[in-house]
Amino acid sequence: MVPLWMYLVVSAGLFAIGVYGVLSRRNAVAILMGIELMLNAVNVNLIAFWRYLTPMDVSGQAFALFVLVVAAAEAAVGLAMIISIYRNRQTVIAEDIDLLRG
Amino acid sequence: MNIGTLENSELLAILPEILLAVLALVVLALDLIWPSSRKRELGIVAGTGVFVILALTLILSPPQGDEALLGGMIRHDDLAQIFKVMVLLASALTCLMSVDAEGVGRKAEYYAILLASTIGMTLMASAADIIMAYVAMETTSIPLYILAGFLRDDDRSAEAGLKYFLFGAFASAFLLYGLSLLYGFTGETGIYDIAAAFRFGEPGTLPLLVAVIFVAVGVAFKVSAVPFHFWTPDVYEGAPIPVAAFVSVGSKAASFALLMRVFLGIFQHQPQMWAPLLVVFSVATMTVGNVLALPQKNIKRLLAYSSIAQAGYTLMGAVAVYASDNGLGAASVTFYMGLYVLTNIAAFTVVTLFHRATHSEEIADMAGLSRRSPGLAMAMLLALLSLGGIPPLAGFIGKFYLFSAAVDAGLVGLAIIGVINAIIALYYYLSIAKVMYVDRSEDEDKPIEVPRPYWVVFGVTLVGIIVLGTIGAGIGFEWARQAALGLPGV
Repeated sequence: MVPLWMYLVVSAGLFAIGVYGVLSRRNAVAILMGIELMLNAVNVNLIAFWRYLTPMDVSGQAFALFVLVVAAAEAAVGLAMIISIYRNRQTVIAEDIDLLRG
Repeated sequence: MNIGTLENSELLAILPEILLAVLALVVLALDLIWPSSRKRELGIVAGTGVFVILALTLILSPPQGDEALLGGMIRHDDLAQIFKVMVLLASALTCLMSVDAEGVGRKAEYYAILLASTIGMTLMASAADIIMAYVAMETTSIPLYILAGFLRDDDRSAEAGLKYFLFGAFASAFLLYGLSLLYGFTGETGIYDIAAAFRFGEPGTLPLLVAVIFVAVGVAFKVSAVPFHFWTPDVYEGAPIPVAAFVSVGSKAASFALLMRVFLGIFQHQPQMWAPLLVVFSVATMTVGNVLALPQKNIKRLLAYSSIAQAGYTLMGAVAVYASDNGLGAASVTFYMGLYVLTNIAAFTVVTLFHRATHSEEIADMAGLSRRSPGLAMAMLLALLSLGGIPPLAGFIGKFYLFSAAVDAGLVGLAIIGVINAIIALYYYLSIAKVMYVDRSEDEDKPIEVPRPYWVVFGVTLVGIIVLGTIGAGIGFEWARQAALGLPGV
């Protein structure tokens, strides 16, 4: 069987890629994708921990399901906002959305 | 985890949440039935409804002590009850102050989303499980993202919504990664089960430190602690004014409840790991907040930086939560959040009415407010003096408790930095007062109308500020202290 630490390494890698995506991308949709990667890294973590540590107890699985639901809600709200900004300003580049500053 | 049949006591523990959900549906239904001429009353229904829920919660659903309810998901103790009262009060007052606010006041969906967010906040106050804590936090945040961007056609509101969303989702992903590690280290999701597993320093310093840092980033973002504060001024400036008020009080109060119960609760046996971190957060937050507030010209931005600084003071009390067993730390945080809710709502309500009459948010335009509307100027003055910590208003006694909690925990230096910051803050609070009372303007003959629902808001908040600062201080603090002593480990 694949040892637990391998899953954790994959998850940490996914999370790091997600963080890098959020910090380096200029497109709001790509930033959202980075955030989704981070959430999926968490899910890999949760499911791996559940399988290896507490396979008799469903709490890890339940947690992962809740994360999925929340991620879906977040994506829906985020994309709606990006679309409404795009309609008004014809841009999804985060740096150009800068009316508020000071 | 065992969720079988529900006991009555368990249903009573989530009474406010159930009633809030019903109220949200009622408001949506009324929107369909009522003609558009009655839409103004939607906010009054929502606000009054939340007041009724608040009363029912206090009467029917007294705290049930230490028992974990609903499969260990929540605890219905005094701390939960106090923070529920705070967020319900914040929600009711926000509904009432939205009634005549431009663009949001006559929309049923606005109130429904606001109430949904309130449900999340009351659950944050009582969450005793990391799954519950995460779901409650997102139930709070996702509606707030929508509310911040509610004025879709207003570029600034849409931008505030998007920024709040991107930063918020980023920070909560960090928090979530930390929570997944906690589950992995212990195999448990209950806060006190995890804390018990960490009692003897399992699973080692480095993994614990990693978890502390990830969770701290998420929580620090929610309470807008420096260096995770950068979203705050932008969101407050762009969002509709009542929403800015709600984010600044409701979300902050619920986040402090979460900070004390979840973050500090989980790591209660490792104060050496988070105490220095919180001290750094506290010093940075109050100093940066106050210094950046000084040059602000926009009243909403100024209140944003002021709310950052207030979070900094409150963090002082949070450092002291597990420092001694007299409950002073948690009690001072609770008491301060209570008075901060009232004070900030009062200040934002003045800004709402001022904006409605003048379409301006510039501090300079508030010149002559004392002649245009002596009542509004007085309300603003009381709120500013309370924020600045002038006796006999509640802000003074609240700061006094925070500073004494810090001193009691042996953090004299921190308390001194706090006092210096409070003095810096007085400068910008009083310069607004000067603009309102001393500066003259050409519009002084145009009075500012104060509609009926706003009288209720001012009545509740201003009486609250004065009572909590004088005769009610002892009673309020004693309740907060009782709640603090109910925290396991204090």
